[in-house]
Amino acid sequence: MDRKQLQYQVACMRKSLFDQGYLDEQFNQLEDLQDEANPNFVEEVVTLFYSDSARFIHNIEQAMINKPNIDYGKLDDYMHQFKGSSSSFGAKKVKKECSQFRECCSAGNIEGCIKTFRQLKLEHATLKRKLETYFQLVKQAGIAERR
Amino acid sequence: MLNLGYCKGSMSTASSGGVSDQFPVGLRVLVVDDDPTCLVILEKMLRICLYEVTKCNRAEIALSLLRENRNGYDIVISDVHMPDMDGFKLLELIGLEMDLPVIMMSADDGKNVVMKGVTHGACDYLIKPIRIEALKNIWQHVVRKKKNERKDMEQSGSVEEGGDRQQKQSEDADYSSSANEGSWKNSKRRKDEEEEVDERDDTSTLKKPRVVWSVELHQQFVAAVNQLGIDKAVPKKILELMNVPGLTRENVASHLQKYRLYLRRLSGVSQHQSGMGNSFISTQEATYGSLSSLNGLDLQTLAAASQIPAQSLATLQAAGLGRSTAKPRMPMPIVDQRNLFSFENPKLRFGEGQQQHLNNGKQINLLHGIPTTMEPKQLANMHHSAQSLGSMNMQLNAHGDQSGSLLMQMSQQQSRGQILNEATSSQVPRLPSSIGQPIVNNALASGVLARNGLAESGRGTGFNPVSQSSSTMNFPLNTTAELTATSFALGSAPGVPSLTSKGMFPEEISSEIKGPGGFIMPSYDIFSDLQHHRSHDWELQNAGMTFNGSQQSNSLQSNVDVASSVLAHQGFSSSQSNGQGRNISAVGKPMFSAGDATDHVNAQSLGQPLNNFFAENLVRVKTERVPDASLQTTLFNEQFGQEDLMSALLKQQQQQQQAGIGPAENEFDFDGYSLDNIPV
Repeated sequence: MDRKQLQYQVACMRKSLFDQGYLDEQFNQLEDLQDEANPNFVEEVVTLFYSDSARFIHNIEQAMINKPNIDYGKLDDYMHQFKGSSSSFGAKKVKKECSQFRECCSAGNIEGCIKTFRQLKLEHATLKRKLETYFQLVKQAGIAERR
Repeated sequence: MLNLGYCKGSMSTASSGGVSDQFPVGLRVLVVDDDPTCLVILEKMLRICLYEVTKCNRAEIALSLLRENRNGYDIVISDVHMPDMDGFKLLELIGLEMDLPVIMMSADDGKNVVMKGVTHGACDYLIKPIRIEALKNIWQHVVRKKKNERKDMEQSGSVEEGGDRQQKQSEDADYSSSANEGSWKNSKRRKDEEEEVDERDDTSTLKKPRVVWSVELHQQFVAAVNQLGIDKAVPKKILELMNVPGLTRENVASHLQKYRLYLRRLSGVSQHQSGMGNSFISTQEATYGSLSSLNGLDLQTLAAASQIPAQSLATLQAAGLGRSTAKPRMPMPIVDQRNLFSFENPKLRFGEGQQQHLNNGKQINLLHGIPTTMEPKQLANMHHSAQSLGSMNMQLNAHGDQSGSLLMQMSQQQSRGQILNEATSSQVPRLPSSIGQPIVNNALASGVLARNGLAESGRGTGFNPVSQSSSTMNFPLNTTAELTATSFALGSAPGVPSLTSKGMFPEEISSEIKGPGGFIMPSYDIFSDLQHHRSHDWELQNAGMTFNGSQQSNSLQSNVDVASSVLAHQGFSSSQSNGQGRNISAVGKPMFSAGDATDHVNAQSLGQPLNNFFAENLVRVKTERVPDASLQTTLFNEQFGQEDLMSALLKQQQQQQQAGIGPAENEFDFDGYSLDNIPV
């Protein structure tokens, strides 16, 4: 694939990520931060997020599963953090699920929490895959550029 | 268009090169957020704004960074939700200790949270996710703050701009009290060099005084007075000798009055006089719940000497006694001077006062053999609280770059208090340890004196590691952003580990820091403890109030008894380095600022109920905004600005430090300091 085609693909994929609601404006903000000094800044941030979020997910699961008395306050705290983190790079759907989860939490709706959490994990994993693909494409286009 | 005044002797940015010319380029920002993703993004954004960024993922680390290098940062941005410390606590602490503008940020945009930010003194509140546009203008907060401070300085008659730290502190204090300056001055003039207490009725509404009688300032003052001769020392001459820009004759005059009171008390010239000097303390003791009769006596004398507002005294009494035994009539005139004094060094006072108060109360009771209505336990509690407060004060003082002397003082006080506690109540077993370890006092972290000893050593060691850690921490933190996403593997091992490890590093460091002596932790703990205790009953509050007002109590102590002086000396000799004190300060500060975790503080420092009591009071004082005039009343009755309290406490500590400058006079100085608070 020549450079132009790669770039076109990158642009398309990016657009679809936005159109499908996976990403929001904040992602643009991050992209604007990229410069020569940090050409892969967004990728780094996303990587960082996913390494950190694994911990979040684990904590939340621990707090929720097999627990007779769920500590909603703690769950809410975790989720608040998770929400802040995911929104920082524009993970729109993930953020939405976080809000949903927090609502269930405040309502004490454990069923809702479990269900929402499942959905959240799904969105979380989906976005990860998509972004992985996207960044790979970006790299390829970038390499193609340098040729 | 940048106001070049910014660079003119600006407090914190003067040291940074190039800031003045290209401001806001090079603005030194400290970012605190436990979320690594956000932290990295913020850092990048700030760098693009051409700011100088330091990342930090733990509030404690941020605090130690700030403390190590007070002038190293211009502005702080902190997240609200952090695991190790509530962002608002950090906000208060920073406001109190370093007085830097702090911007809060959170994904939470609820009105309550934003309001909390405002009330805690945040200069701005950003909603996450943060856009770079929001960060581009943060420099305005730095300029605004400096501008306001400069204005205060000018209002206070100081010609200097961006003078020394004292000036700054004064300005800070002045800022809120500038409006009251006029009336306060007038009343002060009347009382100038008068030794009558009865005239202290005015300025009950005085706000915090602008002048902060730091240790150094007080030392200068004492030197000048000694040079002139105590009998011949007049404010004008003292002012000339001191040659401190920005200091007014009125400031000196009021301080002189207090100082005279203190001296009189020390010399024990007359019961009345000493009573007056101690009145404050006595009163506090009374409030402690010492004796109702004593209360009455104390209150009166105290009121007279310290001009404690009747209301506050009553409150104190009630608080101290845990019952409403407040004297219906408080003969004492409003102690604006005292309050002023307190405010001048509110920080010092609080800590000291509390300690002293406690100690004094105890001592007095013991010495005079006055039957104490207060149960020993209560007293012990008070003492403990006082002690913890004292330690807090000490910390505060230390934090305020005070010499170790203050710490020593605090230690002494605490030791004394502790000793007293022990004497008075069987609860306090730690007399020996307290004596031998002034630091203990400082080490709020150590609830038990023995612990204190431990804390001492721990602190010493802990402190160093902390600093080291912090520096090392900075490094990784700073470099984290640089992580080059070598391999993009979102979930893959290679990329992630490097990131995580980096991310982990700071955490490890913090744990390291905590390890040695939990140096940082203690302060934090105390802080949280304070918060817990917030909900304590009024009694405690009142007790705390007495403490605050009880700078005099310190003096009272000295008057009271030799044992305390012995203790004091012991404490003095064993006082710890400033470093430790610093820790304490930090701790104390949190306590103060937190105004919440009194329990914690107490528990830490002495692990005694008294401490809790004390801490609680202390905390309360802090949380409430205390008008100068009625330090005590307002403290408990009204909402004090935390900043005010903190600064008051810090000032107190400073004062105490100053007082404690002379080794031989440790006790004297220390006590004297409190006496100073009591207007004659």
